[in-house]
Amino acid sequence: MKYPVTAGAARSGEDAAAVSKATSDIGASRTLWGDAWMRLKKNKLAIAAAIWIVFIILVAVTADLWVPAVLGDPNATAADMAAASRLPPSLEHPFGTDNLGRDVLSRVIYGARISLIVGVVATGISTAIGLVMGALAAYYGGVWDTLIMRLADIFLAFPYTLFVIAMIAVIGNGIQNVFIAIGILGWPQIARVFRSAILSVKENDYVDAARSMGASDVRIIARHIFPNSVASIVVYATMNIGGAILTESALSFLGMGVVPPDPSWGTLIQTGQQYLQTEPWLMILPGLAVLTTVLAFTLLGDGLRDALDVKMKDA
Amino acid sequence: MAKYIIKRVLQFIPVFLGVTLILFVLQNVVPGDPIKLIAGERQLDHQTEVTLRARHGFIETDAEGNPVYEVDESGEVVLDEEGYPQTIETPLWKRYVTYLTNLLQGDLGTSYQRGTEVTSIIFQKYPYTIQLALVAIVIEAIVGIGAGIVSAIKRYSFWDILVTLVTSLMVAMPAFWFGMLLQLFFGIFLKDVTGGALSLPISGVAGPVSTYPAWMYYIMPAITLAAVSTAYSARIMRSQLLDVMNQDYIRTARAKGLSRGAIIRKHALKNALIPVVTYIGMDFGAMLAGAILTETVFSWPGIGRETYLAISQRDWPIVMGSVTVIVVVVMVINLIVDVSYAFLDPRIRLGSSKNEG
Repeated sequence: MKYPVTAGAARSGEDAAAVSKATSDIGASRTLWGDAWMRLKKNKLAIAAAIWIVFIILVAVTADLWVPAVLGDPNATAADMAAASRLPPSLEHPFGTDNLGRDVLSRVIYGARISLIVGVVATGISTAIGLVMGALAAYYGGVWDTLIMRLADIFLAFPYTLFVIAMIAVIGNGIQNVFIAIGILGWPQIARVFRSAILSVKENDYVDAARSMGASDVRIIARHIFPNSVASIVVYATMNIGGAILTESALSFLGMGVVPPDPSWGTLIQTGQQYLQTEPWLMILPGLAVLTTVLAFTLLGDGLRDALDVKMKDA
Repeated sequence: MAKYIIKRVLQFIPVFLGVTLILFVLQNVVPGDPIKLIAGERQLDHQTEVTLRARHGFIETDAEGNPVYEVDESGEVVLDEEGYPQTIETPLWKRYVTYLTNLLQGDLGTSYQRGTEVTSIIFQKYPYTIQLALVAIVIEAIVGIGAGIVSAIKRYSFWDILVTLVTSLMVAMPAFWFGMLLQLFFGIFLKDVTGGALSLPISGVAGPVSTYPAWMYYIMPAITLAAVSTAYSARIMRSQLLDVMNQDYIRTARAKGLSRGAIIRKHALKNALIPVVTYIGMDFGAMLAGAILTETVFSWPGIGRETYLAISQRDWPIVMGSVTVIVVVVMVINLIVDVSYAFLDPRIRLGSSKNEG
């Protein structure tokens, strides 16, 4: 673990005070997380990403309070459709209106709810399964390891998009099934990350010490091994949310995700595709929503990785 | 080396069985009777229905493919509720075994919807996917490696920042959306410049009446397919090259008085390229798995779109057949990549190269 003194704080004279403060803090109350926060704060991109994510969450959570009143109900079709449909962006409709006269910004905001829920819940499901599988494989080794890692190979051998679509075909579409499908199919990666994290921690003397004091397996994993690998899991999960959002938009684009009229960024893009020639903003704007949100989660993940000093294999 | 290859091939078997078994179970828990799906709106008479069930292996048949009926102890044929002879449903495991035996004989079954052989559908569609993947992988290799090298050599320059920015955007955008942006920009905004040559939202591949030569139709789908992984390969190339440039042997080469260009060409690139080439190889495997989204956006008649359509129509023989072929192709490509990786980089301990991280 790097200490903050070497992490660039001493670059200029005006930081001298900060350096001495940082130095005096070491060994006092600075935890891994406090340490990471100090480094994360210096990463402007990661902070901007975090602000964007918080902003989207706030807008999505409070949407019911103001969006229908200000922008219009996302699912209400206009009474006079001929006059109200596919209007270009204006003050009244900042993102324009769609083919049924619905306000697109309002639909994008409600789509953010779906994307965020899918991203978080799907990542939660795959992380939970992945942790259990990874722990079983690494801690017990032997047959468990072979069995679980072979199962992970099987899941990874599947063409991912096809597998998700096949799952959806079996369990039916709808938002719950989307996060079940994405969640279930995402566990092998996190199981691998957690497994190798455990393997590297497992050989430490303090684990032996805990065992010699009679701690149970569950206790050793939960109290000694998990806290030491939680950094890599946090980084991985953050990046995974972005991936899950992308997958959801792809599924909904193919018509296998969220059921209309509920808005999802993927379905909005799909609708926009039909009007590519005449009203391109219908396709462009929801895509920008996906792009900025996924980008924010990636940048935040990158920032956390550097701040927590997690080694990851690929870019 | 031979031992390693044999070991890897043997590892295929459980993975392959697992994948096909999962799919097989999936298709059988799907709501809806496939035979009813074949019939669609039509009302099937009993005899046709039994024949169809026998042909698709849902009920027990004799050697000639005629249905076998259930008999009681006295040898009498049992009748069902509607008074027809009771057919015997084939258990799931037996159908799976039949599927595997047929597979080994190159028989992937018959499509529910179209009644044609699945193998002929695959032979018709797969070439389009392969051609598109080949074009895309060439783009990915040239642009990805090139951008990565420029970015690493001229670190912190305008080009480096540009590459970093563009790759960050590329990996965060939905590829199908990027494809539409390309259509919008080149096909619609620049219609006069391109003469409409790249405005192809409907046509897919070139046909007999196409205005433009066939290769034109590959440009935009291939760029779309390659986009995200080109960004990844540029990133990997950049970080690898920067990494290698800090190694001792590069310092030695510099101490010998070699020019920077010569060091990069003769020493650094060779080693930095290995992980990138591996990534691109794996990605080629992924592209051969069919690009559902790219193929959908561009109406490309490849295997990915075909499989997607088959899934939405619950035409399981096509789904099983194409996924089987895809999984075998991907596994073979990955094997080739792994073997060449082990061959190029002797540091890899052959015995322990699986599952580490």
